[in-house]
Formats: sequence, structure tokens, C-alpha cells
Amino acid sequence: MSIVTVQLGQCGNQIGFEVFDALLSDSHSSQGLCCKRENEAYQASCKERFFSEEENGVPIARAVLVDMEPKVINQTLSKAAQSGRWKYGQHACFCQKQGSGNNWAYGYSVHGPRHEESIMDLIRKEVEKCDSFSGFFIIMSMAGGTGSGIGAFVTQNLQDQYSNSLKMNQIIWPYGTGEVIVQNYNSILTLSHLYRSSDALLVHENDAVHKICAKLMNIKQISFSDINQVLAHQLGSVFQPTYSAESSFHYRRNPLGDLMEHLVPHPEFKMLSIRNVPHMSENSLAYSTFTWAGLLKHLRQMLISNAKMEEGIDWHVRPPLSGLPSLGKMSLNKDLHFNTSIANLVILRGKDVQSADVGKKF
Amino acid sequence: MTQSVVVQVGQCGNQIGCCFWDLALREHAAVNQKGIYDEAISSFFRNVDTRVVGDGGSISKGKICSLKARAVLIDMEEGVVNEILQGPLRDVFDTKQLITDISGSGNNWAVGHRVFGSLYQDQILEKLRKSAEHCDCLQCFFIIHSMGGGTGSGLGTFLLKMLEDEFPEVYRFVTSIYPSGEDDVITSPYNSILAMKELNEHADCVLPIDNQSLFDIISKIDLMVNSGKLGTTVKPKSLVTSSSGALKTRHKKPFDAMNNIVANLLLNLTSSARFEGSLNMDLNEISMNLVPFPQLHYLVSSLTPLYTLTDVNIPPRRLDQMFSDAFSKDHQLLRADPKHSLYLACALMVRGNVHISDVRRNIERLKPSLQFVSWNQEGWKTSLCSIPPVGHSHSLLALANNTCVKPTFMELKERFMRLYKKKAHLHHYLQVEGMEESCFTEAVSSLSALIQEYNQLDATKNMPVQDLPRLSIAM
Repeated sequence: MSIVTVQLGQCGNQIGFEVFDALLSDSHSSQGLCCKRENEAYQASCKERFFSEEENGVPIARAVLVDMEPKVINQTLSKAAQSGRWKYGQHACFCQKQGSGNNWAYGYSVHGPRHEESIMDLIRKEVEKCDSFSGFFIIMSMAGGTGSGIGAFVTQNLQDQYSNSLKMNQIIWPYGTGEVIVQNYNSILTLSHLYRSSDALLVHENDAVHKICAKLMNIKQISFSDINQVLAHQLGSVFQPTYSAESSFHYRRNPLGDLMEHLVPHPEFKMLSIRNVPHMSENSLAYSTFTWAGLLKHLRQMLISNAKMEEGIDWHVRPPLSGLPSLGKMSLNKDLHFNTSIANLVILRGKDVQSADVGKKF
Repeated sequence: MTQSVVVQVGQCGNQIGCCFWDLALREHAAVNQKGIYDEAISSFFRNVDTRVVGDGGSISKGKICSLKARAVLIDMEEGVVNEILQGPLRDVFDTKQLITDISGSGNNWAVGHRVFGSLYQDQILEKLRKSAEHCDCLQCFFIIHSMGGGTGSGLGTFLLKMLEDEFPEVYRFVTSIYPSGEDDVITSPYNSILAMKELNEHADCVLPIDNQSLFDIISKIDLMVNSGKLGTTVKPKSLVTSSSGALKTRHKKPFDAMNNIVANLLLNLTSSARFEGSLNMDLNEISMNLVPFPQLHYLVSSLTPLYTLTDVNIPPRRLDQMFSDAFSKDHQLLRADPKHSLYLACALMVRGNVHISDVRRNIERLKPSLQFVSWNQEGWKTSLCSIPPVGHSHSLLALANNTCVKPTFMELKERFMRLYKKKAHLHHYLQVEGMEESCFTEAVSSLSALIQEYNQLDATKNMPVQDLPRLSIAM
């Protein structure tokens, strides 16, 4: 089943480009550990989800690009075309001349209604191209004007027009010391609207990803494209095809449905986050070895001590010793110092994945 | 992409404007290698086929034929504008965009505002409408003028009201040159205060600049260039005051270096809107982020670096130095010390090879030494543009909405009151029809109210952030 991505604003478009790039280069990478048939199945599944086929074989991303000023979209389109391996649809973008001026009200109340028809039209065309449709993935930032305002407006519209489809919003939490002075206004307004109309909010904080770049990836001069590449890596690790725990013959068909089913048990709790191990630069990979037990241990401790990355984990935080009755598959641990989980989903990729023992630890 | 129209009024305005267009052409020539008329150039220039008779056929795409500036030049005496039209930039301006008179305003705000205002109102409106029509999507008017004279301050501020009525959706950015302590015009306090009232009410955003600061910056650069210390050769093209590579190199005037600084300010301000970058900042975002209350729209600016040394490898410490300099009082374009006053908002517009981690590192480093207002403790607006200015590899423009503008206004008011108490030179103003003493008293009270607002904010400077008690909801 396919996912249609809606990229909004400068942030959304820059991230969207990196995500598609990462997805495609992963599925075509030469480091596959499996047999050819499996690789092809993987590639086909990934492709069906995110790309549609074109006559001369270059996959076209299933995406709609929206921005209120033309510079970023032009840049994104040309970067994709330059890569030679994929591109965006020619008519898949909508832009205006004058931006939103970091003003949520402009995005939501002025630009949104004014261009509602054109934007929804583009989305509809993209959805019609899908054989079976899983849902929407909307990438936006909260600090600016376009991503936040038009994002809130579009999500609301999608809820009205496509009430049976799932919507996951990828929202970017701005830096604490500010990129935009009115970011607090824009963020609160966006969150309040999205909470009602979206099905899941996947949150990425700029501060956290920046730290990952600095500490784990050892990048000296971090630029936004470095940050976006880390984000794309994390998103790719969630969205690429997976087998289910029960049947390992076919890839699971409905990515968004699976995620929501496991992670959003109650509509009031829909803010999600990703923790990814291991995360390191290409150079360090050559010198590292991993075991499933070690990775899972780190991941579990990251989860319970609320650490966002593999470094600086507080190992003193422990779950309570008394065994509490677990309700169904989800365990609710009631220790106050301990990060209480509502729901978790663990996705494992790699060699000997069957031998990894997730078991009762989580 | 949006377009902006520059309106240059008076001798000062036109001279600065001339330097601005010169440097703008230089910048676009350096960036645009292929000679194709693209969206970046269209923000300030029109592409015209001059062989077509009449209004000049506008060409929107394709190769550059002949560039015409989106500008309106207004002066009530002919000398300056005529010089521009005979100089190397004559082809950039359309003769239909000029409004001149012969006699000048005689350093009298009332003559500029009332007499010439009513005389030329229709003509000015028509020229402005024409330039707006040539624009696909007009976003902003940049008005350049001085506050001390007659035309720039009087007619320039008359324009503001007209622009507000005629084009309410278009931003009005005003670059005002304030008179320094030793100003050559005796009635400059009168002119400035009368003009301030209009700026308070009708401008969206004002960038105050004064000649003394510009002069100090030039002296510093000269000292550096002529010091001859080992290892400190300065790249000549990199001076923020230089116009090497531009058209006007043979006609150097004494104020050129100072005007080039202001021209660079305007270019850097609009760079993120014209060129690509990883974090863009459009012109409407400037007022959105930096003006918390409509009255407080005066932004102190500083440009760094002033020059680049010929060292090829720039270690990160140099970059950090650029950020520190932006907050020092020697680099501000107004006599002001922002570090010791209260910040309401601050914007950092970086150009060139600078990454977000450098900006963040410097914000973390400099924040403890700056005082921010209680409701905006962590608010910074940042923008990154990939194209550096000509001759530099990176540069920074810092815009601060800071209470350090208060001393300038207070000094101005003091000089005004010294003259006004004795009613000196007043009769020249009152002779003009429509001017009464009440105009003066209203202007002063408007300025006093503004100073009072800044005072109130300053009073909260060292107080701890108060948390008001929350409403408790009955369970």
C-alpha cells in the first residue's frame, strides 16, 4: 500500500527530499545481506510505497510539494532531478510568490482557504495514482508560517475529505534558543489544531538531532542538510518494509496502519518519538561490531531514562522491582522517576534478526 | 519571488541610492554568470528591451537585455539627480521615474512636506503606481532619506502617509540618516522631530543610522588598511566601504565610503529573500519577528566583518569574532550600545559559508552577556543565505530592537527644546501655509511618548521574570 507525502514549507521540503533520497538509496544499496529474490521483494515493496513508475524507468516520488515562495521548491526539484535516480512529478508542486512571513494566521486563515482547491486537487491526483492507499505523511515545521499554518489547515481538510485514511504528521520542534522569535505562538497554535485532526504526531526536536550530529556522528560543522539526513535515516528505518513477528514470508502491507495500531491505542495520546541505535558516521562503522543483546540493552535504557541518543544515558534509572500486572501486550510501569510508556514498537533490521531476543525485557 | 521598489528622496537619499544601485549591479553580476534574467535580479531590476518605443517592452525571462532599476528618484533641486543621469549609471534609470524641481526645500521640513507635498502629490502617486504595476508581486517599499534636511525629511515622510493609504498591504522600510552631534544644518532638530512623528505613525520599520558612526567605522578601516602590520594585508575588494568592481570608480566622492556601508546594509537585508539558503528569511518576517509592538519599530543594525584579511584559511575563531563584533558598540551604525541596554528582539542574518552549528554555538556563547526582555528570553531570529557578498566569504548583519535607541532620541529632543524655547528659526516654518505651533508640540509629545515606552521597558531590565499566579480550576 502506498503513502502520499505532503511536504510543506521550507523545512518540510528540505526534509522530504532527504527522506526520499535515503529511502531509494537504501533500497538500491549494494550491501544487501540477503539473496537476490529477497532484495527484489524489498525493493519492490519500498518502491510501491513511496514511488510511482514512469515510462523511462525513473521513479517519481509520491509527493506533493507546497510552499508559499518559490526558491525552496525550485531547489528541491532540481536536486532530485540531478541525482538521476529519482525525481519529483512535474506538476506535483504548488507555490506562490510571497511567503507567509512566519505568521501562522497567514498560513491558516489566508493562504490556506485561498489555495485550498489547488492544493487539495494536487493531493487528490497523487492519491488517485495509488493502487491501494495507506495514508498521508505530512512533513512540516512548527516554528514558521507556511509549514505550521498551512499544515494545520491541510490536515484538517484531509480529515474531512479522506476520513477513512490515516494521517501521520512529522512535526519539527524548533531549537530552544530560537530560530524564529514568534515560534512559541506558531507552535502552540499548530499543536492545538493538529491534535484534533491528525492521527499521529511524530515529533523530532532540532536540539536532539543537532546533538546526535555533534556527538554521535562527529560532524564538526553541522548544516541543516546534515540534520535532515539524520532525520531521513530515522524515518527510513521506520518506513522501510518489515516482516511481522508472526509471519516472515511477506512484507507487511500497511505501514501507517501498523504503526497506528501499535502505537496509538487511545486517540488522546498520539505524540510519538523515534529512538534509533546505532547511529554513527560511516567512518566509525568500519571499526564497530554490534550484537543484538548489546543494542537492545542500550535501546531499552534509552527508553526508560528518556534519553534521545546513545550517549550520555543515565544508567541509574531502573524499573520498579515489584512485578505489576501487565495489561495485555502493553505494560504500564507506575514508577514516577521512570519513563512511563504507553505503547512501544520495536523494529529490528539486519543480520540474524531472528536471533534477537526482545522478549520480556520490553 | 517578490519585488521591492526603492524610493530615494533628497540629496542624501539619492546619493545613497546611487551607491546602492551600483553595488546591487555588482552583486548580481558576480552571482549571475549566465546573463539570464532570473527571479533574484527581478526583485530590484526590470528587464527591458530599449529598442521598443514607449514604455519599454518588459521582458520577463531569457537573456538580460537592459536592466532598469525599480526606483523612484525625488529631489527638489536638480543637481544630484542630474549628476546621476550623466554618470555611468544613467542607463539604469528610466527618465520617467524622476521628479525634480529647481529651488530646493531650503532645509525646511514644512516646505518639503506641505508645499512640495501638495504640489507634487499627484505626480508622485502616478510614478509610484507605475512602478508598482511593473511588479508581479510587490512586497516592500524601501525609502532612503535623511532626517536633518528639508526634502528628504519633509517630502520623504509625506510619502509615507501616501504609501500607507495607496498600498496598505506593502511594507514600508525606511532607512533614515539621523543628524549627528556636529551637524551642519542648524534647523536639523526641528526637521528631525517633525519627521519622527510621521515615522512613528506611518512606517513599518525604521533603520536609524547616523553619520558619526559611519565615519568612525571608516576611520577604523583606514587605520587597519594603513597600519602595515605584518600579516594584515586586507583584501581590497572586501572592504564594506569599497566599490571596486562597480561602475563608479572614477567619480569618487567624499561620502561614497559611508554611503557604501548603508548600501551594503540594504543588500544584506534583502539577500535572504533574493538568494537561496538553508534557512530563508523573507522581508515580511523582519517586521513580524522584530516588532513586538507597533510603536517600537526602530532597529539598530550592525554589519560585520568590515574587511577580510588575505589569509585563506579562516579558522572558526575568526567566525566567532564576527559574531562578537556584531554586538560591540563600535560596529553599530548608530551611536548606541546594545550590550548594556535591553533587547526586545534580535535577528542574525548570515551570508556565505556559515552553518547552523556555528550560529548556535555563538548564540549560546553571547547570550549570557546580553539582557533580554522578560517575555522574550530566548528569542532570536536567524537566517542563513548561501551566497556571500562580493569580496567576502561570509558576513553577518545583526538587527536589534533594543532600548539603546533611546539616548539618540533623547538627545534629539534636547537639541529641539533648546531651539524651540527661544523660538529660534521658527518663523521660517510658520510662514508656510498650514503650519502652526501645534504641529511642533504634537511632534514633541509623540517623541516623548515613544521615549516613555522605552523607559518603561528599561525599568523592567533587572527584575526577575515574574510568574503570575495561575487560575486554579475547581475540580
